[in-house]
Amino acid sequence: MTNEELKVHAKNIRRNIVTEVYSAKSGHPGGSLSAADILTELYFEQMDINKDNVNTIDRDRFVLSKGHASPVLYATLAEKGFIDIEDLKGFRHIDSKLQGHPNMNYVSGVDMSTGSLGQGISCAVGMAITNKVDGNNHRIYALLGDGECEEGEVWEAAMAASHYKLDNLCAILDYNHLQIDGNIEDVISPEPFMSKFEAFGWNVLDVNGHDFDELRNAFEQAKQVKDKPTMIIAHTIKGKGVSFMENNYAWHGAAPNDEQYETAMKELGGLE
Amino acid sequence: MATATREAYGKTLAKLIVEHDDLFVLDADLTKSTKTIEAKKARPEHHFNMGIAEGNMMAVAAGMAASNKVVYASSFAMFAAGRAFEQIRNSICYPNLNVKVCATHAGISVGEDGASHQCIEDLALMRSIPNMKVFQPCDAKQTEEIIKAVYSIEGPCYVRLGRLGVEDVYDENYKFEFGKGNVLKKGSKVAIIASGLMVQESLKASELLNFEPTIIDIPTIKPIDKKLIIETAKTHDVIVTVEEHNIYGGLGSAVSEVLAPEGIACRQYMLGMQDTFGRSGKPKDLLGYYGLDAKHIAEKIQEIVK
Repeated sequence: MTNEELKVHAKNIRRNIVTEVYSAKSGHPGGSLSAADILTELYFEQMDINKDNVNTIDRDRFVLSKGHASPVLYATLAEKGFIDIEDLKGFRHIDSKLQGHPNMNYVSGVDMSTGSLGQGISCAVGMAITNKVDGNNHRIYALLGDGECEEGEVWEAAMAASHYKLDNLCAILDYNHLQIDGNIEDVISPEPFMSKFEAFGWNVLDVNGHDFDELRNAFEQAKQVKDKPTMIIAHTIKGKGVSFMENNYAWHGAAPNDEQYETAMKELGGLE
Repeated sequence: MATATREAYGKTLAKLIVEHDDLFVLDADLTKSTKTIEAKKARPEHHFNMGIAEGNMMAVAAGMAASNKVVYASSFAMFAAGRAFEQIRNSICYPNLNVKVCATHAGISVGEDGASHQCIEDLALMRSIPNMKVFQPCDAKQTEEIIKAVYSIEGPCYVRLGRLGVEDVYDENYKFEFGKGNVLKKGSKVAIIASGLMVQESLKASELLNFEPTIIDIPTIKPIDKKLIIETAKTHDVIVTVEEHNIYGGLGSAVSEVLAPEGIACRQYMLGMQDTFGRSGKPKDLLGYYGLDAKHIAEKIQEIVK
């Protein structure tokens, strides 16, 4: 797929993220927008997921360890055609399957129920171990938040992944520098990420998380590495694509009002 | 013969892991204590030591179960139900995944290690999670039956196992029935409802009494045998629940939850840890110290019926 085609998908996903959070009057737009290009590259180039295999494990799988970024996952699954676009407007509503944090039993294509930080990456380790034992050559992907790495469980999982030589596991760090209470450096710094994950035995790559060439190269490199899991540190901008949300932690978990929604949708290519 | 339920667990798991290609076992650096080492010897490629990281282990188990495996995950009750509570709640029970948490060293009969390792809260914790089923076998045969049964019971299960060797209650013909209690002795006036190694202590206690009480073993603590408990309340004056667990949230609570709305004229007394931590000591001495050996159970019942 060309970068231009990927950009169209990413823009659609961003528009739907903003619409979901606007419809719900709650949710997490900042960390969803920062990960939109990463999920676009995964679901439209890297992962062999399609309508025929979506309900099986005979395909690559993705765990949204930072489960609060559910809007980006739902918007991506909708862009793939697994979720009805209209259903996105039910996000967080009482009669909707689109829970605030994803439930694997409600939505086709959600590979793990997540939401409590630190647990998704462990689940991905479990998936990668079983794939190894079964000779299932499909890959396991997991998206981590930078603030999420303050959870000790992330490092327990990191230790297990390198111990069991899980080269079929590729994690991506959505390094947008912001968490609910402010800059990660100010709240309690989990940095430096590169040397920490290297010390835990991972192959670590450093990319611009909004550049499809860099993301593509990193995922391809990860596939060549033997006996080590890969961590792609993706430098991102929280709220990417909506000017007033960019780099502002106030948009970690807040919904736009009518006026802000209109502005955001205009910036993302106009209202439908 | 005195066999600990954890030993019966290890033996049974060693057979199951060979029989079932989708069965995986996880442990957190306690394979020799939990006895999952027996399963490791039988099929090492399906046994994974996750190290001293119980939270990660439970979520790894969830990831394996999400890959169509049936996972038996073991540690001490304190660190399985306690430390990893939230991973069990969010990653295993919420998605209703096929993980069987088999926790050993439950209760004060752990002995010398003391209160930090004597989990008296696990039944309360595990019972409180939607989708979770909770079991506590009393002897080797019942353990074997339950460990085999949970393989086919859909979704998450918690099996509470002990460190201490215990006498056999059941013979080789025993068949476990999910959700059913077992009347071991049919008596009158007082019904003792017990679980785990309190079943043996209650049987011994009954021999010290000057009347014949009914004795019921409850191996499935959730879902509990409501029908049997209600029938028992209707036909007895007093129910005494006996558990190696805090009286808040365990077997006694489960029984009272069944009886409260029924309005049956039958008092219930709860024997167990009376909202206190345990301490170091020999297991038998500790059971006596906290009023949970046969002698103290009998004395308490005599006092109640006086």
